[in-house]
Amino acid sequence: MSAATYTKPLPKIDERTKPHWEGNAVHELRVQRCDDCGTTRFPASRWCAHCLSEKTSWQKVSGKGKVWSWCVFHRAYFKGFESDVPYAVALVELDEGPKMYSNLVGIPRDQIKIGMRVRAVFDKVTDDVTLVKFEEDK
Amino acid sequence: MTLRDRIAVVGVGTTAAGTMPGNDAYDLGLIAFKRALDDCGIKRTQIDGLIVNRIPDYQRFAEIAGMDPRFALVTPGQGRMSGNSIAIAANAINAGLAHTIALVYGNNGKSAGDQYGGETDRYGGGGIGPWFPYGMTSPGAAHAVMFQRHMHLYGTKSRDLAHVSVAFRKHALLNPDAVMKKPITIEDHQNSRFIAEPLHLFDYCLINDGSVALIVTTAERARDFPKPPVYVRGFGTATKLINSSLPPEDFWYEPMQKVAKQTFQMAGVKHDDLDGLMIYDNFSPTVLFSLEGFGFCKQGESGEFVQNGRLELGGEFPSNTDGGHLSNSYMQGWALNAEAVRQLRGECGARQIKDAKTIQYMCAAPLVSSVIYGTELQ
Repeated sequence: MSAATYTKPLPKIDERTKPHWEGNAVHELRVQRCDDCGTTRFPASRWCAHCLSEKTSWQKVSGKGKVWSWCVFHRAYFKGFESDVPYAVALVELDEGPKMYSNLVGIPRDQIKIGMRVRAVFDKVTDDVTLVKFEEDK
Repeated sequence: MTLRDRIAVVGVGTTAAGTMPGNDAYDLGLIAFKRALDDCGIKRTQIDGLIVNRIPDYQRFAEIAGMDPRFALVTPGQGRMSGNSIAIAANAINAGLAHTIALVYGNNGKSAGDQYGGETDRYGGGGIGPWFPYGMTSPGAAHAVMFQRHMHLYGTKSRDLAHVSVAFRKHALLNPDAVMKKPITIEDHQNSRFIAEPLHLFDYCLINDGSVALIVTTAERARDFPKPPVYVRGFGTATKLINSSLPPEDFWYEPMQKVAKQTFQMAGVKHDDLDGLMIYDNFSPTVLFSLEGFGFCKQGESGEFVQNGRLELGGEFPSNTDGGHLSNSYMQGWALNAEAVRQLRGECGARQIKDAKTIQYMCAAPLVSSVIYGTELQ
C-alpha cells in the first residue's frame, strides 16, 4: 500500500530513527544500545539517559518479551483507526529491557493477559513503513 | 529553618465552571484575578509577584492586567504545575523575591476544542508521538494502562473506581458552580461507555473553560487582610521523569512517599489530623494511586479504602468537596487548592467540612506535589 491510501498515523522517520525502521523492513527488531555503558533504549534518542554518552549502536534484539499492560480504545482519536475501534494497545516489555507500545496480532481481546509471552511479527503497512507487532509466543 | 506557616493565602477568585466562549486564557485569568483582588480587598499595585499557569505568557498577562511586578514567571500548562507553582510562590516569598504574589490560571480548553489525544497530543514533551502508528495516544489511555496493571497486581476493580466518581459527583451537586448537575450511582458508572478500557467515561475528568486566581503573602501581612488567613503549613515536590513517556513501574509511589514525608514533616501533622483531602483527579485511578503513595492506605489496598463513603462528606477523609476534576471542573489542581482555602475559611455552605482546620492537596504525576493548608493555630 502506498502512503497516500494508508490512513493511520505514520512514523516520523529521520536519520536518528531510521535504523529501527530499516530493521523492521528486514524483520529484525532493533533498539539502541549505548556504546559506553551498554544500556539499551527505545525509542531512539541522541543521548544515553543512563551515562549521557552520545556513542550508540543499533542492536538486533530477540523480539521476545511479555505484555506489561494494555488497554482497549473505544474511541478513535485518529481518523485512520475509526474502523478499528474497539482496538487493543499493549505495552510490551522486551526481554532486553526496553518497553514499547504496539498492537497484538491473533490474540482475542478477552485472552490478553498481563505477563503473557509474546514475540515480534512484522506488518508492512506501506512501501516505506513496516510496523513491529506482537503475537503470542507459545 | 522550617517554612511552616511562613506564607498564607489571602485571596481567592474563581469562575463558575463550564463553557465561556469569547474568552481566551488571558481573559479568563483576568476575570479570576479581579475576583481574587476583590476577595482580599487589595490593589494591583500591592502585588509584587506574578505567576501565570496555562496562560501562555506572563508578559502579555501583566500588560493586560496593568502590572509591573518585581517577580514574574510562567509555568507550563500541565496540572502537575499548580502545586509546583504554589511551592515556587512560597519559596519566592520566603527568599524575599516578592512579598505578595498573584497566581493566575486560565483555561479555555473547552472553547478551544482540546481533545487530549490524537495528532496534537504532546504528552511528555512529545514523548508519546512515536506510538501514534500503533494507535496509542492520550493521558487517559496511559492511565488505563496503569490501572489495568494495578488490577493485575492487586485485584483492584473498575467498581472500586466507581466509589470515587460517585463520591465526587455527590459533592458537585452541593456546589452551585460545578459543571455536573445530575447524581450518578455505582451502576451508572459501570454502565457508562468505555473510552480507554478499563476506564469508563465517568473515570475521566471534564474538559471545560474556567479560571482560578490565588493571592499569597507573608504570614505577617496576611493578618491585616479582611478574611482569616489560610496558612501554607507544608509543601513538597519530587519527580519521576526518567522514562516518563511510559507509565511508571510503581504508580509514582516512590516520589509520592518522598513528598508525603517532606510535606507532613514541614506541616507537623499526621494523616489523622487532616479534615479533608484535595486529590488531583485527572482520572479516577490517580485518586487510588495518591491514597497509596501518600500513605493513607497500604500499596494495593486503595480499591477497598475508597469504599463505604470514606471520601464523602461525613466520611473519614472528605475529598474533592467541590466535585473535583471529575464533576466540578478541570482546573488542573487550581480549583482544588481554592476549595481547600474556602473550606478552611468556612465558606463552603452545603458542602462545608465541619470545623475544617487542616486540608491536604496532592497530585500524583511525573512531578508530584503536595500542599498542606491550615487555619490559625489555636
